[in-house]
Amino acid sequence: MGFLIDRNLYVPAIDAWIDPAEPKPRAIITHGHADHARSGHGSVLATPDTIEIMKVRYGVDCAGRFEALDYRTPLDIDGMTVSFHPAGHILGSAQVLMEQGGQRAVVTGDYKRLRDRTAQPYEAVDCNLLVTEATFGLPVFQHPDPKFEIGRLLKSVEAQPERCHLVGSYALGKAQRVIALLRDAGWDKPIYLHGAMVRLCELYQALGVELGELLPATGMPKAEMMGQIVIAPPSAIRDRWSRRFPDPVVCQASGWMSVKQRARQALVELPLVISDHCDWGELNTSILECGAETVWVTHGREDALVYWCRQQGLDAEPLALPGLDDDGGEGGE
Amino acid sequence: MKRFADLLELLALTPSRLRKIEALKRYFTEVPDPDRGIALAVLTGEMDIRNVKPALLRETVLREVDDTLFALSYDYVGDLGETIALIWPHKGEGELPSLSETVDLLNRTSKAELPKVIGGLLSQAAIHERWALVKLATGALRIGVSARLAKTALAEMSGVPLQDIEEVWHGLKPPYQNLFAWLEGKAARPDIDHAARFHPMMLSNPIEDRDFEKLDPKDFSAEWKWDGIRVQLVMGPQGVSMFSRTGDDIGGSFPDVVENAVGEAVLDGELLVGHDFDAKSFNDLQQRLNRKVASGKQMQELPAFVRVYDILFDGREDVRALGWEERRVRLEKWFAAHPQTRLDISEILPFADWEDLGRLRRMGADEHGHEGVMLKLRTSPYVPGRPKGFWFKWKRDPNVVDAVLMYAQRGHGKRSSYYSDYTFGVWKGNEIVPIGKAYFGFTDEELKQLDKWIRAHTTASFGPVREVKKELVFEVAFDSAQKSGRHKSGVALRFPRISRIRWDKPAQEAARLEDMDAFVG
Repeated sequence: MGFLIDRNLYVPAIDAWIDPAEPKPRAIITHGHADHARSGHGSVLATPDTIEIMKVRYGVDCAGRFEALDYRTPLDIDGMTVSFHPAGHILGSAQVLMEQGGQRAVVTGDYKRLRDRTAQPYEAVDCNLLVTEATFGLPVFQHPDPKFEIGRLLKSVEAQPERCHLVGSYALGKAQRVIALLRDAGWDKPIYLHGAMVRLCELYQALGVELGELLPATGMPKAEMMGQIVIAPPSAIRDRWSRRFPDPVVCQASGWMSVKQRARQALVELPLVISDHCDWGELNTSILECGAETVWVTHGREDALVYWCRQQGLDAEPLALPGLDDDGGEGGE
Repeated sequence: MKRFADLLELLALTPSRLRKIEALKRYFTEVPDPDRGIALAVLTGEMDIRNVKPALLRETVLREVDDTLFALSYDYVGDLGETIALIWPHKGEGELPSLSETVDLLNRTSKAELPKVIGGLLSQAAIHERWALVKLATGALRIGVSARLAKTALAEMSGVPLQDIEEVWHGLKPPYQNLFAWLEGKAARPDIDHAARFHPMMLSNPIEDRDFEKLDPKDFSAEWKWDGIRVQLVMGPQGVSMFSRTGDDIGGSFPDVVENAVGEAVLDGELLVGHDFDAKSFNDLQQRLNRKVASGKQMQELPAFVRVYDILFDGREDVRALGWEERRVRLEKWFAAHPQTRLDISEILPFADWEDLGRLRRMGADEHGHEGVMLKLRTSPYVPGRPKGFWFKWKRDPNVVDAVLMYAQRGHGKRSSYYSDYTFGVWKGNEIVPIGKAYFGFTDEELKQLDKWIRAHTTASFGPVREVKKELVFEVAFDSAQKSGRHKSGVALRFPRISRIRWDKPAQEAARLEDMDAFVG
């Protein structure tokens, strides 16, 4: 079968790999999360924002060569046209469209459809072959409105002014989104950051995402942290690092938090169901909307989505890709 | 319903016991009758919606959801109720009926109509309300809240002692309007049939060495301390109920006892298993305790009986105010009048003085594995709670073993940033095999030191668990040891706790597995 890409997301016509797990001479990177963007490639084709993110995370020389390509700008490589289209997942995240000889193949990377001012909004792209993620590929995932979830956080802060709320969020994407949601909900006090968040928040601000006043969380007197909100990586909120805060409320912002047994096991007191991925209904919509006859499913719970695609009369199969994060993390962060 | 859903969610996710109690107090204070009473019934496990069973809920959801997708989802989530709540495909914006109206609706609806009615409710509900709705309908909360916690909140809210609430509890029915009226000082204490319900138990205090000087052996009677579980039998024309110490009715798991006990009385004793009143180990009893319904085979192999040591009601007469000696006479007379096949009387141990009793205690421990002896003041009335000076337990000295720390796990709640749960083991040849786990017995200061040591000596991490260098020795105290197929060592400890941290002791000098044989009873 003549697909433009193979099942390892290798593009033979231009000898390039999409989000490869190992260093490759030529890589196309959908977004900056660690299970998609790695250091050590010969050349990297990505959106300008993704390249900035990679440089901040891995160093300016993390790839031999960078080639920036704006959204919706066709680039001709050896007779194949490659273009990026917003995926709505995090800042700079892109779907990759490849066109050649009337065939159109799209690799979504990670994506979400919900509007979010920290990421360029998702656009549906017509194609014959769709390679979609399935992080939340089960019908039990029905993400609520993130505004509602942020409202629950603010209510909790108001009801317990003597405690400090620690919001576990992945450092890239989720942290900035949570901060933006808090700002949009009217929280104008400083927001405190774990050290691991600082550089990426600064980068987002430099790239034009308003996040308001951000301060380092460490070094503050304990008493002053009452009633404050701290954003920290999930690994820090239950560890020694959290002891410096007054009676912390452990919160976590993640799509997984909809499963209460999981929240309980993770000792999360206030789970916030805020996801940077499509939920089940959004995955269904996206697949139907792009008009693909063939769907390859990767990255998560493939079985259910493949089953559903076949019910819709589509050709579908799961891809087992190495190195992509499966359970527990969103986008491997 | 929304308010109830919020409460359940908070109770499920808040690790702090105090905060759970605060939330319950707020709910019981602010929510009117009859909703708060229905909530209390759900939380204490007294609410049974007869016709709603898991199979019916599954049927309801499969009318709306593809069965393969449901199976894949259930497999992932692992909890049927939660899967149903999450997968329901219709998002509700509507208002659900109140908690009591919902319960009423579910109870009134015929079995045939229930899937439609439940489907309608699920479609009206927001996601976390669906979760509460399913929990409510199946009665399986699994949110880490005990009946006692709910009653503790009632006690704190009203200032009425918990004992007084438990005293009337088993005579009350949902939605408990008379209970709330009493707690709020608007009505007298509910008037209930005192002979036919659970009565809070009288508990003992551990005896200290210095206590003996002050106590005259002639004032006390002694019995073996039986190693089973404490039960209360409430027997009368309405049948026989058997309650655990917390007032849970466990008679259903022990039909061999409740169906064979005859007469009218309220008795206090120890539930044990064994043939012909020859008690087997606690381990054997545990096999029965773990079952909701006992199989015929189990009842044959591990027949249950109750060793009775006190009487609270003789017929319908409340004898709790009488002294122990008079109650003992009543108990013996009652037994003579009502021959039993599954109840016997706990024997009295004659002794001359404390030294004599001490010898008896050691002998009982060594030869029969008894946990110790009980001392009862001959004149003591039966007083619920743990009154001072009436009943004493004189446990045999704990066994101790020097074991090596192997793994440490993060604790819960306040301790969630500390490695506070420890697995330790003993030498088997050149390797160390685990024999038990303990999470108390040390001070907060020691916990900090241990936490630091563990972080500095980690060799591997698995999720919340760390494996450490096999270098730190604990002196572990425990009540007894049993053979266990579940542990690699083949030994399991009963009630292990850390008695000392032996920072000074080299791991090579810790116990060997062979040493444990001496403790296995």
